[in-house]
Amino acid sequence: MSTPVNDRHPMTGNEMSGEAAGGMERHTYDVVVVGAGGAGLRAAIAAHEAGARTALVCKSLLGKAHTVMAEGGIAAAMANRWPEDNWEVHFRDTMRGGKMLNNWRMAQLHAQEAPERVMELEDWGALFDRTDDGLISQRDFGGHKYARLAHVGDRTGLEMIRTLQQRAVSLGIDVFMECTVTEILLDEGAGGAVAGAFAYWRETGRFVLFETPSVILATGGIGKSFKVTSNSWEYTGDGHALAMRSGASLINMEFVQFHPTGMVWPPSVKGLLVTESVRGDGGILKNSEGERFMFDYIPEYFKSETADTVEEADRWYEDKANNRRPPELLPRDEVARAINSEIKAGRGTPHGGIYLDIASRRSREFIRKRLPSMYHQFKELADVDITAEPMEIGPTCHYVMGGVEVDADTQESSVTGLYAVGECSGGMHGSNRLGGNSLGDLLVFGKRAGEAATAYVNALRASGRDVVVDERDVKAAEQSALAPFEVEGGENPYTIQSDLQQSMNDLVGIIRTAPELERSLSEIEAFKVRAASMKVEGHRQYNPGWHLALDLRNMLIVSECIAKAALAREESRGGHTRDDFPGPDEEWATKNLVVNLNAEGTGVDLYEKPLPVMPDELQKYFEPATAEPPAESKEGK
Amino acid sequence: MGYDLKMRIWRGDQSGGALGDYTVEVSEGEVVLDALHRVQASQAGDLAIRWNCKAGKCGSCSAEINGRPRLLCMTRLSDFEEGETVTVTPLRAFPVIRDLVTDVSFNYEKARELPSFAPPPRDADGKRRMAQVDVERGQEFRKCIECFLCQNVCHVVRDHEENKPAFAGPRFFLRYAELDMHPLDTHDRRELAQGAAGLGMCNITKCCTEVCPEGIKITDNAIIPMKERVVDRKYDPLVWLGNKIGLRNKDIDGRT
Repeated sequence: MSTPVNDRHPMTGNEMSGEAAGGMERHTYDVVVVGAGGAGLRAAIAAHEAGARTALVCKSLLGKAHTVMAEGGIAAAMANRWPEDNWEVHFRDTMRGGKMLNNWRMAQLHAQEAPERVMELEDWGALFDRTDDGLISQRDFGGHKYARLAHVGDRTGLEMIRTLQQRAVSLGIDVFMECTVTEILLDEGAGGAVAGAFAYWRETGRFVLFETPSVILATGGIGKSFKVTSNSWEYTGDGHALAMRSGASLINMEFVQFHPTGMVWPPSVKGLLVTESVRGDGGILKNSEGERFMFDYIPEYFKSETADTVEEADRWYEDKANNRRPPELLPRDEVARAINSEIKAGRGTPHGGIYLDIASRRSREFIRKRLPSMYHQFKELADVDITAEPMEIGPTCHYVMGGVEVDADTQESSVTGLYAVGECSGGMHGSNRLGGNSLGDLLVFGKRAGEAATAYVNALRASGRDVVVDERDVKAAEQSALAPFEVEGGENPYTIQSDLQQSMNDLVGIIRTAPELERSLSEIEAFKVRAASMKVEGHRQYNPGWHLALDLRNMLIVSECIAKAALAREESRGGHTRDDFPGPDEEWATKNLVVNLNAEGTGVDLYEKPLPVMPDELQKYFEPATAEPPAESKEGK
Repeated sequence: MGYDLKMRIWRGDQSGGALGDYTVEVSEGEVVLDALHRVQASQAGDLAIRWNCKAGKCGSCSAEINGRPRLLCMTRLSDFEEGETVTVTPLRAFPVIRDLVTDVSFNYEKARELPSFAPPPRDADGKRRMAQVDVERGQEFRKCIECFLCQNVCHVVRDHEENKPAFAGPRFFLRYAELDMHPLDTHDRRELAQGAAGLGMCNITKCCTEVCPEGIKITDNAIIPMKERVVDRKYDPLVWLGNKIGLRNKDIDGRT
């Protein structure tokens, strides 16, 4: 049968130590990347190619990260379909989609560099769909002026992660699979710079210490804090929390994207993503009265570029030059709010959603060809044939715009040697992310962080300085990880998680108000007390209950950040809607909210910070911003 | 609507284990993974399961349900009678770590043995051109979610541990075929597939195709064409003679 666990080191061939109970495995690297989704893989590849000894550490098996669920495509102004498209247009779309709250420099770099990052994937073996003249095909998506999403049917994320995974494997990068980082270790003697990372193997429960001067966080988002989400179990805000505990700050945490279209039935798949490609390829939204309601929800801000008649909207798919975009392709925040209002007004479907209809608008062949995964998903899980009947959908927690505050060019946080990329970094998407901009974000900033981290390590080595892990910190990390086993008669972590998800969904969901946010903050305090005495049954070997107990600490701190920032921002903008402050407020248009762990490490401090000012040569792409009137209530309709 | 489902779940580790009996309340539209999660949350907090996307897209939650290799998240409870006991066991071809979690590192080791994609330089304008019809063959194989159900069910390794070193398995024959049929790949991988990967050991029982949750026609579209390509190269007497006397032989794609 198999060799004993103790001798085997999956993938790396590294010498194992720590045979005895309580032993510690140690590794030395230049760069340790935490998370192996698109951003983590791209960062590891970049660091390796820049000459760094690189380790990739991930909670799941390699190639299972949530990037696999991304469906629509990678936004990049390659101009394969529309010669008029260029980085400036993409930049403008990104900023307007984020309601001008984005870090302009990140949005600029992303728009400029995404096309080359997509071409690299093709160099590494990706097989994108093609245009008639053999170039990479690009599809329409919400908020993008031109069709610019490079895609493979509706399984682009799988193609991307597999391509990067195969690249990383062929380069021989060391991968630590099913290994969870619980602490970043700092060297106080070197001004609090990164010195290492502490982790446990899920398989054995044994501890691993990475001694490394640089850590790149690429841990994804926070969706598991909400009950209805498209996210997997891994999305517990680990990178957000690790960064905070190291002294870095988070930015824009009030902005959580609820994707307009998640499945609503059967209950077991509630929240599962239905790709925006359905609308990009001609699908429309209807209420229970059969009305195509999105025409009633076109905000002033997007009026000039959105069709206001069914006829014009339908002509747009064939003739983009002379028609404006259908309102179904407004940015996600607008569509999610509209769907929410329709359901609230009693015009929802039997299962509490809204109809998404492509069956009556496109041929069976077209749908099966363009949306194979969606066809399969509905057929297998809901007994619905999307080529014959409409889908029922509703909003689902999908993405967090907020994340670690980083330098736009290098992705370094305020902690020396600590970087953050992808969903766990903040700023790039402002208050709302456009579909397709996430996959591009992963590639562009993954590469930049890998290179910046390597440069930092090289400079550090050249200066003859070094960082050292304090063994007392290692001991403390060990004790903290084992604490749930010490508890007598505490509570089951599954119960606390489920209560937290319900609370966040009810009180910090799509539509928020001050009293509910205040209540959520006091509930989070109560969860913290309950979590302090969580009990885990069984032993350390592959014990999901224990893993959840550790992840839950991160979920709680991140949930507090979201609720606190949401309470402070007294306006509605992008992924943050306040019922008590329904419109955007000019005064808030120039500020980000930043959160830190407080001095005692028990809660969250919050302060305002002015947005970085955009230089004039970029400012010219935006006409004077017009404030949006609040979306009209349709109750009396 | 809701009813009590009887489940038998294998609990144990590499030193051994047994089926445990569980009864759990389930409701309409649920899948086996939902039932297992409920067992985990209410009766067995340390029940080890691998899962991620819960949408049949990541291939993490592979196991054997009533003896059949399937994804836990895509197996609906409505496939079973209400009184029926659903038995869940770990993949049999791989060593158990704990409960339903197996050590699938065999697959990751095989992945490392494959020479990676080797493209020619880009076109003069920095782009690459391929026809949709040409990429579609490879795209079918790239739908693979690496759930390893095909690796698990393949009898070449399922009951023959000793074959593992010489046999890459269907998932990687897909990879060889994908690269060999890639419009831009410049390697010839046929020798390698036959030699190092053990393509010749496959005797086309089509079990892999049968369990593939993505519906990839592994045997018909990848393995058999690869076998034919190998045979063309190796056993065609004219080609053999041509090679002997130094005539270049080209295949259908103009490759030697």
